[in-house]
Amino acid sequence: MPFIPHTAEDVQAMLKRIGAKDIDALFDEIPNTLKSFAMDGAPKGTNEMGLIKQAEMLAQKNHATTCFIGAGAYDHHIPAAVWDIASRGEFLTAYTPYQAEASQGTLQLLFEFQTMIAELTGLDVANASLYDGATALAEGVLMAIRLKRKLKHHKVLIPKSLHPHYFATLKTLLAPHSNIEIVSIPFDEQTGKITLSSLAPYENEEDLSALVIPQPNFFGVLESVDELSDWAHQHELTKIACVNPVTMGLLTPPGAWGKSGVDIACGEGQPLGVPMAYGGPYFGFFSTKQAHVRQMPGRLVGKTQDIDGKTGYTLTLQAREQHIRRAKATSNICTNQGLLVTAATIHMSLLGAEGLRRVALGSHQNTNQLVQALTRLPGVEKVFDAPQFHESLIRIPAPVHKIQDKLHQQGISGGLAVEPYLPELKNTLLVCATEKRTEADILHYTQALEQALLECEHE
Amino acid sequence: MKFTETHEWINTDDKPAVIGITNHAQTLLGDLVFIELPEEGQTVKAGDELGVIESVKAAADFYAPITGTVIAVNHQVKDDPSLINRDAEGDGWLLKLQVEDPSEFTSLLDEMQYNALISEDK
Repeated sequence: MPFIPHTAEDVQAMLKRIGAKDIDALFDEIPNTLKSFAMDGAPKGTNEMGLIKQAEMLAQKNHATTCFIGAGAYDHHIPAAVWDIASRGEFLTAYTPYQAEASQGTLQLLFEFQTMIAELTGLDVANASLYDGATALAEGVLMAIRLKRKLKHHKVLIPKSLHPHYFATLKTLLAPHSNIEIVSIPFDEQTGKITLSSLAPYENEEDLSALVIPQPNFFGVLESVDELSDWAHQHELTKIACVNPVTMGLLTPPGAWGKSGVDIACGEGQPLGVPMAYGGPYFGFFSTKQAHVRQMPGRLVGKTQDIDGKTGYTLTLQAREQHIRRAKATSNICTNQGLLVTAATIHMSLLGAEGLRRVALGSHQNTNQLVQALTRLPGVEKVFDAPQFHESLIRIPAPVHKIQDKLHQQGISGGLAVEPYLPELKNTLLVCATEKRTEADILHYTQALEQALLECEHE
Repeated sequence: MKFTETHEWINTDDKPAVIGITNHAQTLLGDLVFIELPEEGQTVKAGDELGVIESVKAAADFYAPITGTVIAVNHQVKDDPSLINRDAEGDGWLLKLQVEDPSEFTSLLDEMQYNALISEDK
């Protein structure tokens, strides 16, 4: 957007034209208490120079660590070009740059994003993104309910191998719907995944609406997706895949699971070019089959032709959306994450299919190597005996929080303690090594863990 | 033929009863592009949502005028929604309902009452 300077006379002329007394009058609606905020943390009268000094001192308390935590957010390499391009003024705007089809370039980018997500998940159509992975899954469940509206009561089968944060978000967003019942499916203790025998007890229940299939699941374990998808198909449940987009570089896309493929695929977009930033902002992606498109939530960009036959892009199927359907819209969480989607689109276009495959493979191999090295230490073992993608749950013969602290002192973020989420998994740590981790990083972690375990023995 | 305040018509002489949206409703909505119909076998109470009618400029729900079971839907309007624009109260019918209690008909509007209602719209 161009910079347009104006003089004091211009300002007066504009104010006069719209009948406002002064600039402040334009902000009358905002209560005074909201116009500025108290800087309680800073001493009164501190100037900018002093504030910066204080902030720098606080920032030094942060330790840069080597990250071996995944659990929903992943430390992948982001090419420098991604955010350099995404931060250009044409893309980096405050709000809804595509409003009223003003920016064909932005619409084209969103269209390309949708195409990439549809191809990555093996389904027909994807939207222009949702708030994040967990809310995208909740939207998927609500959409599944709409697809089964013949039922008055809906049971939704949710595996306990799903990320606990996603489970909590589902509970929150589904709570107002008294006709939806969440049924939690236990995972197999040996393999950490859902098996047909975990589903068997529900076979003859009525009102089954949807099955959520995470891939990989919270433990990094690969679910038997073909088998689960076919089971759901056979029992007429809507199938919802919750997938990690990077793993789609290697794994079968949800659209090709089992005999019929899933109905809905969704997930967290962070691994596609979004830095880990204390939990956000991230973005959710969402795709479905053509037959279900009118029940899909979120913005959708279509490609068309103008009256001169030239290619143009436009928002489409808007009758699903809240500005037309009001309370009955397919979603009233209207957020999409335009800027992050811009970055992800650039990221995917720079990596290409081969690049994404190499990221996936590198992460898988590094995690295997890490787990092999760690489990050579006495008492350290893999919790689940099953194929894993780029995360693994290991059990440690010491209190996990102590080990985490000791690793942290050695500059290592050693993984996520799972016990607070799933108490039955005592002394376990969920570890991840992306393509960014080197052999030296892995060796450093192994030695630091060995040392930490020795120290714990002597305490 | 009887009418509702939400602009459905129901042919009370036919068995099962035939239901559609009124010509007045299709005029208000404009060119129709998509119809979502209920499933056959679905039971509905008077006032329940039956489906959605979407035009180029709006989307509206339509409702069950009376209680009953859906026993047929008009697949032709699903394939070609403009049929409703051309003949809303004939070939553009939406579904057939097995009526549970014919006495509910008395709560519906007759043609004169409905015409009076829509003349207020104009």
